[in-house]
Amino acid sequence: MNKSISNIFSGEAVFLDKANVDTDQIIPKQFLKSIKRTGFGPNLFDAWRYLDKGDLNSDNSKRKLNPDFILNHDLYKSCNILITRENFGCGSSREHAVWALTDYGFTTIIAPSFADIFKNNSYKNGLLLIEVDKEKIDEIFTQITEKKIINIEVDVHNQFIYLEEKQIPFELDDFKKKFLLDGIDEVGFTLQHQNKIEDFEKNYKKTVPWLFK
Amino acid sequence: MNNPNPKTLYDKLWDTHFVGSRSDNGDLLYIDLHMVHEVTSPQAFEGLKIKGIFPRRVDSIVATVDHNVPTTDRSKGLRGIKDSISRDQIQALQINCHDFGIDLIDLNDLNQGIVHVVGPEQGFTQPGMTIVCGDSHTSTHGAFGCLAMGIGTSEVEHVLATQCLVMNKQKNMRISINGPLKKNVFAKDLTMFLIGKIGTAGGTGHVIEYDGSTIESLSMEGRMTVCNMAIEAGARAGMIAPDQKTFDYLKSKPHSPKGNEYEAALKYWKTFHSDENSNFDTVHNFFAEEIEPQITWGTSPEMVIGVKDRIPSKEDYTSQTERNNFEAALDYMGLNAGDSLENYSLDQIFIGSCTNSRIEDLRKAAEILDGNVISKKIKRAMIVPGSGLVKKQAEEEGLHETFISSGFEWREPGCSMCLGMNPDQLGEKERCASTSNRNFEGRQGHLGRTHLVSPAMAAAAALAGNFIDISS
Repeated sequence: MNKSISNIFSGEAVFLDKANVDTDQIIPKQFLKSIKRTGFGPNLFDAWRYLDKGDLNSDNSKRKLNPDFILNHDLYKSCNILITRENFGCGSSREHAVWALTDYGFTTIIAPSFADIFKNNSYKNGLLLIEVDKEKIDEIFTQITEKKIINIEVDVHNQFIYLEEKQIPFELDDFKKKFLLDGIDEVGFTLQHQNKIEDFEKNYKKTVPWLFK
Repeated sequence: MNNPNPKTLYDKLWDTHFVGSRSDNGDLLYIDLHMVHEVTSPQAFEGLKIKGIFPRRVDSIVATVDHNVPTTDRSKGLRGIKDSISRDQIQALQINCHDFGIDLIDLNDLNQGIVHVVGPEQGFTQPGMTIVCGDSHTSTHGAFGCLAMGIGTSEVEHVLATQCLVMNKQKNMRISINGPLKKNVFAKDLTMFLIGKIGTAGGTGHVIEYDGSTIESLSMEGRMTVCNMAIEAGARAGMIAPDQKTFDYLKSKPHSPKGNEYEAALKYWKTFHSDENSNFDTVHNFFAEEIEPQITWGTSPEMVIGVKDRIPSKEDYTSQTERNNFEAALDYMGLNAGDSLENYSLDQIFIGSCTNSRIEDLRKAAEILDGNVISKKIKRAMIVPGSGLVKKQAEEEGLHETFISSGFEWREPGCSMCLGMNPDQLGEKERCASTSNRNFEGRQGHLGRTHLVSPAMAAAAALAGNFIDISS
């Protein structure tokens, strides 16, 4: 069973005002040496968040935080929704980026667009990605700049987010929605279709016998 | 006769591997080759072990170690790796391969190297295949007319268990480039130029097919360099239809089919090309004569200019977000708007990575270095061959002597300073001319400054101590 998300939830949002945030920024390479799926949260955005260079042996509680980085502001320390600019999650395929975001406590990321591999990695780990057009993101940015803190409600089933009095619809593939809400073990689910795979393989082997040893 | 149902290369790859749709409408795509390395696989193998599932087709899996491995003396093998966490990760792959009976090209094997160099040179990569690896630069293999995609660790586990990848079909994009490349302009410049034009999100949601006379004129090595950076344009896969060069390249490779099987395979491979009048959702056309030697100035591969150009200014950007990104990149890189990149001294030179560590890349670097010595300004210059076989070939040709006598370090194969997971890293604020693929902040070392270039430019910059115009 994978982690599932609630049908309706709400939370406070933090705005990371950057475009093309790549997965090297989300979780720098020195943390990819871990052979676990957990414990990446303290190193999320490591190079932006701390003033020194950390590695897997660092005691993060003793490191000096960068006071200018938005996630370090007292106001935003308990936020669970991240709003950001276009092409979030580009670059390396490292799933550690998603593990770091969820381990930190983010449930949802709202942006005008996301990179393809990052998108796939997210829904498999119960991280909801919501695409909202650029203009709306600009509006939210203005709002958050004025009010400092905004609360967002997410209705996954009906595919709406609510912020202040606004209702914004979003797209979500049926199959991604099912996985997010039900937290299904995807390997097990695909294996329910094993006969399809076997039938395909039987014919395919006749076409390309040199690929089967 | 008109083809009533013309298909693109991608359509054909999709159709020949489409297993069916699951009850939730996720499509299952059959995977022919699964390449595995030490960094993105341990959690996937752990998942299999917890579930008590065995890989469906061990014969479709090849593993090697590349990201973490030291590029210096390897005579002590695993024990010689000082970083205990790196050592654990490499050991985890050895144990997992042993437990599941997976072929591992291990640390001291002559064939060891960067997974995307090893696949093609061993003949594992063949036209008409679907290939995955837990590494975004898997797009490299598309140079052979494959659908080759980088995947996450959950997907690695899924493919190991089911031989299928769950996805929905992407859109078709065609990028045509025609005409001869100018002097000292290479595949690397071409692929960086294209990213500069369409942007790092230009290919999102698409699979890119590259065609045109410029692409046809490239060697297989050059085509791999082009497809390698398709991911930097946001596309999950880049591909080039196979032709006689592809077939000749494969003929003698250890794992390509032989004898009658080769003939049967050849007939099959020749069907993988886009039909006339096939439909592309997005089309771009460029002429090779537009392309100058390219250098990135910023912290995203799309922040790239020709060697004769100047670093952009704030006024070149319209939106506030773009301006913020521009200023942050300029600040990080320690550059001034409107300057020439030739004005900045370099500290390190890195020639290597899955983009540019093949024999052709090394020959080009050697040709420029031949008989010359690198600038005193350069603190360290490294050449890291893509594989043990590339290293051997280079040594047989005597290239290593040129490198060493010019002041370069001649290293053992691996990913090295492309991502600096091993000790090969930039120091803070050190400026590097690198033949790798990502100039992201901190990619090559904490606060390091990366400029992406071709091997020829990297070699010329090593001699001068700064970038120079190699176009004339």
